[in-house]
Amino acid sequence: MLKFFELIGRYFLLMGKVFSRPEKFSIYRRRIVYEMEAIGIDSIGLTAIISIFIGAVITLQMCINLESPFIPQSLIGYATRETMILEFSSTVVALILSGKVGSAIASEIGTMRITEQIDALEIMGINSASYLILPKIVAAVFFFPLLTILSIGIGIVGGYLIAIATGIMIPSNYIEGILIDFRPYSITYSLIKSAVFAFIITSISAFFGYYAKGNSLEVGKASTRAVVAGSVVIMIFNLILTQILLI
Amino acid sequence: MIRAEHIIKSFDGRTVLNDISVEFKTGCTNLIIGRSGSGKTVLLKTLVGLHEPDEGSVWYDETNYTQLGFMERKAIRKDIGMIFQGGALLDSSTVEENIKLPLDLFTEQSEEEKMERVNFCLKRVRLENANHLYPAELSGGMIKRVAIARAIVMNPRYLFCDEPNSGLDPQTSIVIDNLIHEITKEYNITTIINTHDMNSVMEIGEKIVYIHEGHKWWEGTKEDILHAENRELNDFVFASAMAKRAKGM
Ligand SMILES: Nc1ncnc2c1ncn2[C@@H]1O[C@H](COP(=O)(O)OP(=O)(O)O)[C@@H](O)[C@H]1O
Ligand SMILES: [Mg+2]
Repeated sequence: MLKFFELIGRYFLLMGKVFSRPEKFSIYRRRIVYEMEAIGIDSIGLTAIISIFIGAVITLQMCINLESPFIPQSLIGYATRETMILEFSSTVVALILSGKVGSAIASEIGTMRITEQIDALEIMGINSASYLILPKIVAAVFFFPLLTILSIGIGIVGGYLIAIATGIMIPSNYIEGILIDFRPYSITYSLIKSAVFAFIITSISAFFGYYAKGNSLEVGKASTRAVVAGSVVIMIFNLILTQILLI
Repeated sequence: MIRAEHIIKSFDGRTVLNDISVEFKTGCTNLIIGRSGSGKTVLLKTLVGLHEPDEGSVWYDETNYTQLGFMERKAIRKDIGMIFQGGALLDSSTVEENIKLPLDLFTEQSEEEKMERVNFCLKRVRLENANHLYPAELSGGMIKRVAIARAIVMNPRYLFCDEPNSGLDPQTSIVIDNLIHEITKEYNITTIINTHDMNSVMEIGEKIVYIHEGHKWWEGTKEDILHAENRELNDFVFASAMAKRAKGM
């Protein structure tokens, strides 16, 4: 238990270091652009593939479960849209990306730690925590909401495509459904969640990498721990944010 | 001049450096020698402030480095160059970017001025036309050269080298040793080198400190070292058959 609090304390100390005494802005700009590519652009494919399948599956499930003459078919389109916006696109995409982005960040920074690259930065007088971690956080917090919007859009398209492909429902009913009772606030809620999750993933993975020691085996372990811790914290914050923002 | 005064450093209750006091001279290649695990790296990192000593202090000329705050240390760190054991080049940057980084961060030079300096340093370590390679594409000797170029790009007054020729073949080792020695003389740098290589000692050692299990066991010049009356040191010095033959044992 004491260890747990020590860990949290060290995490906040590191975050203090990340946000203090930044180096020249021009350097950061270059690094942020680089990280946007590494964290954001490179995750578009994965996000798109998963979202299209999930959208299709949700639609199928709804069709099977809501098969009743008393329920209008358009409700299926509506349900697919709401599921994508409220839960899937922000939370599940964050969980999946924590596996991809989180482990990549932890192992990259962990490797830099054990090969003394971080020491080399410190010796030059560079605030290594800020130099390495801040651009990743900024890039992810900016890019994850974009990925979420992409995921919502593609998921809804996935549902439409499955309706056409299987003929399980009438596609025009689906279109009608996704236009019912649209509340922009749901999107805002989803974007806020994904920005928070982006911060959680990048900062926690960077934390585990930054304090890795030993050899490459240890870096692997640090990266696993980062993904596990990141996922748990995301679920906790999912609950908290839903409570705060929706109720 | 760099001076350590009664340095004590332990990790998790295990003492790694035990009351080390030593002075390193300006314009000389000072060598810290000792077996693997004797505490050389920890001593070097304590001198530069990557580790904090539990007790004792480190002096850079007349400044007590141990007592300085972050910003004051930063000023001194600009005068420090360090070559790490594995090179520690940034994997995601090219050779050129690696060497240019300190210039980008700490100078207001134009791009041309910076490139001129980078190319000058690369030329100094005799590594031209490698500007756009990544560390993964370099040989061990090239990595060490780039590390040296990066360490000298800001014109350091102090140079620290952690086993600069570990993992290199004997010929390349001598080249790297001599390069460090030349640069030390050229710019009158205070250079401290960790090594367990007796060839380096005989080639470029000016002041030599022998560390054994965290204690300073012996210090002197390379002329003295062959005649030292110290069993531990002799075991270390004459571990290689060739050295034994040289002494006629
Ligand atoms: N960060 C650290 N945490 C705990 N122990 C360490 C650390 N760094 C070094 N040590 C221990 O200190 C001792 C000296 O190590 P080191 O200075 O690396 O030896 P060498 O002379 O080979 O460079 C070793 O026993 C090592 O296990
Ligand atoms: Mg060592």
